[in-house]
Amino acid sequence: MHLLTLIGVLIVIVGFALRVNALLVVTVAGIATGVAGHLSPYAIVSEFGRAFTQNRYVGLVWLTLPVIGLLERAGLKERAQELIARVHSATTGRVLLLYLAIRQLTASIGLSALGGQAQMVRPLIAPMSEAAAEARYGKLPDKTRHLILAHAAAVDNVGVFFGEDIFLAMGSVLLIKGFLDGNGIHLTPLHIALWAIPTAVAVFIIHGVRLLLLDRRLRRQFKGGQS
Amino acid sequence: MIRLEYVYFLGGLLFCSVGLLEFLDAANPQRLRKTVFWVIYGITFLFGTLLPPFVTGCLVILMVLVTGWKDLSRSKVDTAPELQRRQSAGRLKEKLFIPALCIPGVTFLGTLLLPKISMAGQPLALAKDATLVSLGLSVLVALAAALWLFRQRFPTSLHEGRRLLTAVGTVAVLPQLLAALGALFADAGVGKVVSEGVTHFIPGDARFLVILAFTVGMALFTMIMGNAFAAFPVMVAGIGLPLIVHKLGGDPAVMGAVGMLSGYCGTLMTPMAANFNIVPAALLELPDKNGVVKVQVPTGLILLAVNTLLMYVLVFRF
Repeated sequence: MHLLTLIGVLIVIVGFALRVNALLVVTVAGIATGVAGHLSPYAIVSEFGRAFTQNRYVGLVWLTLPVIGLLERAGLKERAQELIARVHSATTGRVLLLYLAIRQLTASIGLSALGGQAQMVRPLIAPMSEAAAEARYGKLPDKTRHLILAHAAAVDNVGVFFGEDIFLAMGSVLLIKGFLDGNGIHLTPLHIALWAIPTAVAVFIIHGVRLLLLDRRLRRQFKGGQS
Repeated sequence: MIRLEYVYFLGGLLFCSVGLLEFLDAANPQRLRKTVFWVIYGITFLFGTLLPPFVTGCLVILMVLVTGWKDLSRSKVDTAPELQRRQSAGRLKEKLFIPALCIPGVTFLGTLLLPKISMAGQPLALAKDATLVSLGLSVLVALAAALWLFRQRFPTSLHEGRRLLTAVGTVAVLPQLLAALGALFADAGVGKVVSEGVTHFIPGDARFLVILAFTVGMALFTMIMGNAFAAFPVMVAGIGLPLIVHKLGGDPAVMGAVGMLSGYCGTLMTPMAANFNIVPAALLELPDKNGVVKVQVPTGLILLAVNTLLMYVLVFRF
């Protein structure tokens, strides 16, 4: 009857699909999973507290918000937009493609701290990619604007995920090494990181092509099919 | 030594201040519930290591309950009007980028240098904490630079912090709650059920099918757990080592590396990886919480197919 432990997965899928408050869905799913796994109520609540505290590091990104708010108040977005409008060859896709390359390369030499959603995307990359389209096509409809912003966030994720795995001291490389060590297979980190390179190249091509297709889509949408 | 706990303390102060500002705004709907929410979040940062896990757990559940069935409404917080921002941008020009670049710049330098510099026989920060400690420092440096260069007062930064944090909303705490869910999944043995389910379906000697089950299994399980690191040990113990490496003689380095990256394809495609997918959507104020996931799905799927082929071609060759 251990299939019952999957109840939490079901609650999450149904809850997210029905757009119930995500915090409530996840909490209920956690409690239900604990009950199905025969944990005591005390153990379930303690586990919530322990994991929540242990993962506080994820919340530290919010520390940047007062600074980013001040920057926006002082006109950072407006300045980034003015600058990008002056570069005539700049398009949304090209701006994002350049950021993808930089993000992947810097992450692959261990500099994943050089990017990030709150640090780079919200104050700089998102307004620049939006401005590149606005400079060409004028004011954008909300739907298009949201699509461009979502692409800006996605580029940061894709770049860091498939860049940092090439870096030897990265958590994922060390996790792979540690787990195989525990099973009597001994490899060097270099040996593991090497095999992350083909995928890193592949994702740059795949996502890069998609960014250029985004440019084409914008061009068609706003210039009535002319190129 | 700068302990990581100091940085958490800074976070706690920020969240409590936001709670206080929510309370002081008389026109704010649901202001009591919002205050309770942010102050509890602040308390978990201020006293997280002092409180017993059970007490923190109760606080967290209370914090979730005040958000209600439909989530809290959005607070209206104003910033400078557009005209004023344009004038300010024209006046400050490239100076605007100095504080913006302080954050990644100081974080990077600190990560590199803090563990190497010793004071009274101790490093300034432990190597494992260096990035987060440096992030905390970088924020203080950037804040000082911004206040000085833009001639702003400190309370304005808290006001702006409240504007952005309440724009993100209660989703801000979702990644930590999902980590708790992941821990409960692990305690209840969800991983075992999933890996048994996957291994049940595959014939043990059809090379391509075994590889396909492994890469797709990594991606799917990562989508459920929201984290490839949680999926990896389960799938490698279930399929990777016994079938691909031991039975079929595949290379363990290729299996491990490409397997992990197949998990990352799953990370791109799931709302469960909230800090990468849901939080940025909130941060960019997208109306669709899944807007970022939707953009990432095509890349995730194509790359998963490429990874499967890569592993099939490479794993038996080396």
